[in-house]
Amino acid sequence: MSRPPALPAAARRILARDRPTLARVISQVEDGDPAVVPVLRALYGRTGGARVVGITGPLGVGKSTLVNALLGFLRETDRRVGVVAVDPSSPYSGGAVLGDRIRIDRRADYDRVFFRSMGSRGHAGGVARATREVVRLLDAFGMNVVLIETVGSGQVDVEIRTVASTNLVVVVPHLGDEVQSLKAGLFEIADVFCVNKSDLPGADAATRYLRDMVALGARPDGWRPPVVAVSASGSTGLDELWAAVDAHERFLDEEGRRLTRDRERLTAEVLGLVRDRFEKEIARTVRSDPVVRRLVDRLVARTLDPESAADALYRIRSRGR
Amino acid sequence: MARTERKGRVRPIRVLIAKPGLDGHDRGAKVVARALRDAGMEVVYTGLRQTPEDIVESAIEEDVDLIGLSLLSGAHMALLPRVLALLKERKVRGVPVFAGGIIPDDDAKRLRRLGVRAIFGPGTTLEEIVTTARGIARRRS
Repeated sequence: MSRPPALPAAARRILARDRPTLARVISQVEDGDPAVVPVLRALYGRTGGARVVGITGPLGVGKSTLVNALLGFLRETDRRVGVVAVDPSSPYSGGAVLGDRIRIDRRADYDRVFFRSMGSRGHAGGVARATREVVRLLDAFGMNVVLIETVGSGQVDVEIRTVASTNLVVVVPHLGDEVQSLKAGLFEIADVFCVNKSDLPGADAATRYLRDMVALGARPDGWRPPVVAVSASGSTGLDELWAAVDAHERFLDEEGRRLTRDRERLTAEVLGLVRDRFEKEIARTVRSDPVVRRLVDRLVARTLDPESAADALYRIRSRGR
Repeated sequence: MARTERKGRVRPIRVLIAKPGLDGHDRGAKVVARALRDAGMEVVYTGLRQTPEDIVESAIEEDVDLIGLSLLSGAHMALLPRVLALLKERKVRGVPVFAGGIIPDDDAKRLRRLGVRAIFGPGTTLEEIVTTARGIARRRS
């Protein structure tokens, strides 16, 4: 192996905890600026140390308030915390109102906390396309904990599952009956359930429903998600909530589970990147190809079916290599 | 479209909308945030009771191209110059500040001399605010 090249200046400044540089590089990642690739490459080896906690759940359950409460709690423990808060971008204008800072009480903690809002920019799944890399940047910056607040999620917005190490699913009393908690999707990805607004009537019942559901059976990996009642606005239950996060992180550290999960995620990430490149290449070269045009002519005339057209195209492409 | 070009790529203009000080009237700020969103900008809305320090550090973290401050409390001559001074102190360059609210003409003149790029009083149309915001927002190189 040759000697690794010198770190790009931006990477060096991020390792030296320069906040304006971190902010600018995050923008470059969001914008898909190719100039940022060497910086990400240089920093990748410095990542993996942060505990990454996803905070997800339907809109209005108090995710932002919970983030603020957790910031207050973690501030007492001397940890450095990064926050990535995702809000939806408009499919019409591309604009967004990123309003997750309104619950945040900073108390001049700028040297320990870095808070960044992101628009989802057309990416479905509850996080932005760039969220994974932004988390890595915060990790390399030296944050001990990174909190990711997702878009107010529907039942299938579960991409956070592949980004965070522990996922909090936040619910509130009267969100739905027991059947909701049996459905696939959001409720399946919880490593910890957080019943927020626990001062409201119905909180005990909601907590009991979830505990009953969890008691029905452990997940395939053997973990039973704890159910913690919290009042984020009143800052109660946070000790127990963070203890549950800790317990799940310890569980990951046992029997090589974290390593296995890391391998799976990184494999999926790289396959996704390769797929993106193939897609781009195919979109660029194949559309104008006369062979493809002839295939499409036959598709339109209903003399060839899409599956057979794909077979033909795939054979031509693999021969061409 | 509210976008700046960079090497053939487009990025939305990012703008911070904040209310400095203790005034609790945020209807105007919210209406402006909505209008800028509809114009294709990413609007980081910080809400009420922001200290000048909070505003400047938020602008740094969010890497915004523009800062809009809304005041109806009469404290503009104390708070706006403080924000401008802090921006300079923290070496945030090229990010213009505009203001909206109840600001008497004489104060507005002084604030413009201090570096506030645009001041919108009652009766300003949203179209005017959007056009001005687009015109003065930082361009990425």
